[in-house]
Amino acid sequence: MNRVPLSSRISLGLRFCAAVLITLAFLFPVYWLAMNSFKTADEIYASPPVWWPAALQWSNYLVLFKDGDAVSVFNSLVVASVSTVLAMSIGTLCAYSLARYKTGGDDLSNWIISQRMVPPIAVVFPIFLLYVFLGWVDTYIGMILLYTAFNLPYVIWMMRGYIQDIPRSLEEAALVDGCTPWEVFYKVVLPMCKGGLFATAIFAFIFAWNEFLFALVLTRTEVTTYTVQVTHYFGGQSNFWTKIAAMSVLGTLPVFIAVVFMQRYLVRGISLGAVKG
Amino acid sequence: MADLLIQGLHKYYGNNHVVKGIDLSIPAGEFTVLVGQSGCGKSTLLRTIAGLEYADQGSLSIAGQRVNDMPPRDRDIAMVFQNYALYPYMTVFDNIAFGLRARKTPAADIPGKVQRAADMLAISHLLERYPRQLSGGQLQRVAIGRAVVRDARLYLFDEPLSNLDAQLRDEMRGEIKRLHQELGKTMIYVTHDQIEAMTLADRIVLMREGQIEQQGAPLELFEHPRTRYVAGFLGSPSMNFIPAVLHSDSQGLNAQIVPGLSLRLPPGRFGHLQSQTGMAVELGIRPEHMRKQASEHEDIARINVDIELVQPTGSRTFVEFKLGATATVAELLARDVHRSGERLALEIDMNRVIVIDPASGLVIANGATV
Repeated sequence: MNRVPLSSRISLGLRFCAAVLITLAFLFPVYWLAMNSFKTADEIYASPPVWWPAALQWSNYLVLFKDGDAVSVFNSLVVASVSTVLAMSIGTLCAYSLARYKTGGDDLSNWIISQRMVPPIAVVFPIFLLYVFLGWVDTYIGMILLYTAFNLPYVIWMMRGYIQDIPRSLEEAALVDGCTPWEVFYKVVLPMCKGGLFATAIFAFIFAWNEFLFALVLTRTEVTTYTVQVTHYFGGQSNFWTKIAAMSVLGTLPVFIAVVFMQRYLVRGISLGAVKG
Repeated sequence: MADLLIQGLHKYYGNNHVVKGIDLSIPAGEFTVLVGQSGCGKSTLLRTIAGLEYADQGSLSIAGQRVNDMPPRDRDIAMVFQNYALYPYMTVFDNIAFGLRARKTPAADIPGKVQRAADMLAISHLLERYPRQLSGGQLQRVAIGRAVVRDARLYLFDEPLSNLDAQLRDEMRGEIKRLHQELGKTMIYVTHDQIEAMTLADRIVLMREGQIEQQGAPLELFEHPRTRYVAGFLGSPSMNFIPAVLHSDSQGLNAQIVPGLSLRLPPGRFGHLQSQTGMAVELGIRPEHMRKQASEHEDIARINVDIELVQPTGSRTFVEFKLGATATVAELLARDVHRSGERLALEIDMNRVIVIDPASGLVIANGATV
């Protein structure tokens, strides 16, 4: 076995300890949230804190399904998925047009990304009035279109970068080989930026999934998303911490699962965007 | 009939006039090489033929049909790109079959055609691999395979060998020449490498600053260059250009390099310059047209030079010396020269010397064909 000098062994040990401590610090809120969702109300308020509930309170979850509150997770799923698919479809096409056909020159792409910088609070009430006029308040279509519009600049900007990184000769070879411009798009461009597509889609989905401000203003009872639903458990007299915790776990699970399954693409997509070539 | 006819072709990138009025007619089955320094417009011309660039002016016809407004897929061309342009997410088989599928070739015919192309290029054993698992030479074979698998009218090569190392380049050059002989198709090949141009071409089209400087068979350009540029471009090491002044005396016409150093120009070949006495010219002398003094031929000029630099290459050795004030390279037999600093008696085959008018860059007297 190779002899490792003492100093570098100590340094390795210290770094390892630091890594463990940092990981624990970041994991603690997740652990606490999950534990709270299985505690009784008394256990939540107990001092000193209860680290592990005496019995797992599955009823905290059951009540959410019985009362129909869990539908809000379904609403979030519908709104976030459909708006992500829409934003990805439209955005990738726009990005291709910007990247390869120089549509609108540099100005248009800069203007598009500038839309991302608008503070949502500045537009929430004009949009509310518009939605009242259109009859879109508390509807799927209203929320889906809104999140699509919000995600578009991000999707366009990210996908434009990924598409620019594709060697142009690949597309030209396909054109010469007999493809129409549309075939070039879906036979060459889309497969070439698959990693970027997944990474961008996940971020777009997470944005729509976590969005709170517009959901709070624009939903009532029909398409309440889970982020808004959680706030219903904060009362003037008391907070229903068991429900808040259980609902939050339900709301975290889909994104957690998505990221676990797409981690491969996510890491590759992000590193592709960061490093040219 | 010409397979490709280009008339008055112009191409601009913004204000940059890249291709300036090209007229070119390429007969069926010919191997044409577009050669020139980078930026001379040769690649742009090729891309315009392919339909990847739009011709701003002029007309382009393939097999008698005007194709200016025709998209690349309808031009019946196949193209090999410099950086291979293989799809990394497809196997070699799928890469080669891509064009066939895009053109709706019956699925049953595809494996046979791919196999034939792969056999021709000796890549049959690689069909199931992905491009990332291949070496540079193999990648270029696959890229060529993707072109030859199709029965196209016109095959375009855009500097296909410039990413390969020297040895592989020689090998692939032979391969491409063999392919042309086997297929007998019209091929247009772009390169900046004059050796590739000389070895591959039926005809060289030498381009300079967006125009055709000269075109013709490789040896025709080599031995009868029309301009100083052509003379200097072809040949390695390149031609020496020695400033001189024409002089007549009782014995005939001389080119005086410096007072006391004159080279006699044989009257048979240079007689028409007799009246140009006093004119400043440049003599174009190829390194291989100088050798150690041996013969008694009358059209030989003898000079004594001090060798400054010796570069052996094996059987031949390049030596550098001053002729007048001009650094000059001669290609000698390796045994004729030993070290720098040596004084050597050389002879120049004056029948092979060309005379250039430095003002216009035109060759005003050409060397003999051998």
